Amino acid sequence: MLVNIAKRVLFKLLWLGVVFVGITVLSFWVIHLAPGTPTDMQTTMNPMAGAAARARLEKIYGLDEPVHVQYVNWLSRIVRLDFGRSMSGDHRPVWDKIKERLPLTLSINIISMILILGLSIPIGVYSALYQDSWFDRTMTVLVFIGFAVPGFWLALLLMLWLGIYVPLFPISGLTSLGFEQMGFWGKCWDLARHLTLPVFVFTITGLAGMSRYMRTSMLEVLRQDYILTARAKGLPMRSVVFKHALKNALLPVITILGLSIPTLIGGSVIIESVFALPGLGQLFYKAVMARDYPLVMGNLVLGAFLTLAGNLLADFAYSLADPRIRIKGKN
Amino acid sequence: MRVFRGRYLFFAFGAFIVLGMSLAALFAPLLTPYDPWAIDVSALLQSPSLEHPLGTDALGRDVFARVLYGARISLWVGFIAVGISTGLGIFFGLLAGYFGGLVDEIIMRFVDIMLCFPAFFLILAVIAFLEPSLNNIMIVIGLTSWMGVARLVRAETLSLREREFVQSARLCGAGLWRILLVHVLPNALPPVLVSATLGVAAAILTESALSFLGLGVQPPTPSWGNMLMEGKDVLEIAPWLSVFPGLCILVTVLGYNLLGESLRDILDPRVKNK
Repeated sequence: MLVNIAKRVLFKLLWLGVVFVGITVLSFWVIHLAPGTPTDMQTTMNPMAGAAARARLEKIYGLDEPVHVQYVNWLSRIVRLDFGRSMSGDHRPVWDKIKERLPLTLSINIISMILILGLSIPIGVYSALYQDSWFDRTMTVLVFIGFAVPGFWLALLLMLWLGIYVPLFPISGLTSLGFEQMGFWGKCWDLARHLTLPVFVFTITGLAGMSRYMRTSMLEVLRQDYILTARAKGLPMRSVVFKHALKNALLPVITILGLSIPTLIGGSVIIESVFALPGLGQLFYKAVMARDYPLVMGNLVLGAFLTLAGNLLADFAYSLADPRIRIKGKN
Repeated sequence: MRVFRGRYLFFAFGAFIVLGMSLAALFAPLLTPYDPWAIDVSALLQSPSLEHPLGTDALGRDVFARVLYGARISLWVGFIAVGISTGLGIFFGLLAGYFGGLVDEIIMRFVDIMLCFPAFFLILAVIAFLEPSLNNIMIVIGLTSWMGVARLVRAETLSLREREFVQSARLCGAGLWRILLVHVLPNALPPVLVSATLGVAAAILTESALSFLGLGVQPPTPSWGNMLMEGKDVLEIAPWLSVFPGLCILVTVLGYNLLGESLRDILDPRVKNK
């Protein structure tokens, strides 16, 4: 059994390696295909810099080489976890810049994910059990609205309502003035107040999809013969639902979770820029605006890595949870 | 019977919104006397009134007129982007499904890679490096959203290519593209139609997010996203600038989603027979 899982994971790892190279080649190529170079800021925009200075700068950054050579150089450095230095402003190592912003983005995403799961599973199960009840109908309508509402607009409305008209929450930044002087609990309280609205927006935008998947999956399972059997042999509804149905209905949700990581990363860019939170999304946005190649590539690699890791984790969890895969070892 | 009613109710709602928005965008000049680009310094940041039903913005432009003309941009981006993605999806899906084997393997693995991509990251990077313009936005959204259609078309083609009418077309000496386009594709269209309808909604959302970040449709051309971006700076003193364009996005996306989802149920024979 374990051998099967190990085989599966190994094969998956190999495939993910291919995907990783595919993604980075694509991003590298697209970014370098674009007209203009990052040295433009220091050369064409600067009347003091001539052609010679420009060439020298391009040589420093290795921009004078053909794209495929640049890619191989870049890849060999990435493998050694050397992301290079940022080209704009402070010229600090890309990895340092990413490292200091990672915790915030990760914690917002993880807290939201927990909330989304905690709310969407009961909603989905209840909707499926009482299909076409008033609860199910209300939820269906809310889900459609949740799918259609732009996250940044919801954020603006909340800022307006809970930040300005009823000033319950601060509307931007991560900490208040005088944060340094606060005690430990004061700091926690301050952070929590700043993060409430962003986490809320994240949760609402993710909730719609997840509760819908949960409902569909549960409906599918409830139609199966083994549920009929379980009920026919007189098991109480409680144990049919929670022991037999829910377990199986959760399986597809695991995959969906893994697949939703790219969406979460994309969402971070928007939400962090609305709420002025110093996270990865904001860093990426600034890097893109400044055409900071190493920083943009570093972020793309990290995004791809997180996506693939989520993918792998979901796959692993899936094969642990589903005995059909665990035993046969194929899919 | 009750399910039936719900399905057609959704369809009617969706069709009503989609049709209404399209007509409003089409006949924008007839619905408002104002020019969405005309700056009026005597009417800066006015709240909604009889004269300006949705108020005016920081340059004194009529918000109602800008919302109407913004509908043109958003719908246009949605249609063209979906046109590109559907075309690409059909092309790759037909090839993969019809030929199978190595062609199928290569195309579908490429689809897997594209699906692993944090798409919004890529779109942002590409737009910023190519410089944001209407054409670039439509192309990039189209190029990053064809994978679902390709999978759908491939699955349909796989089963269709074994059917008798396709075999007999082949026996009659029909060329490859004639078989694919005349015999296979029409039978694979219903799910594609559904996914294209839902795709318009997704493209409109992506465009608005890009424009909101300043990387989409560039001012002074009005788009719902960039109106929200401009409104954000004056959120406290002119909230109407942040409310109405967002409401338009919500309603339009809702309309296309309702239409797409109900079409899925209506076109799916399995649901109908139950």
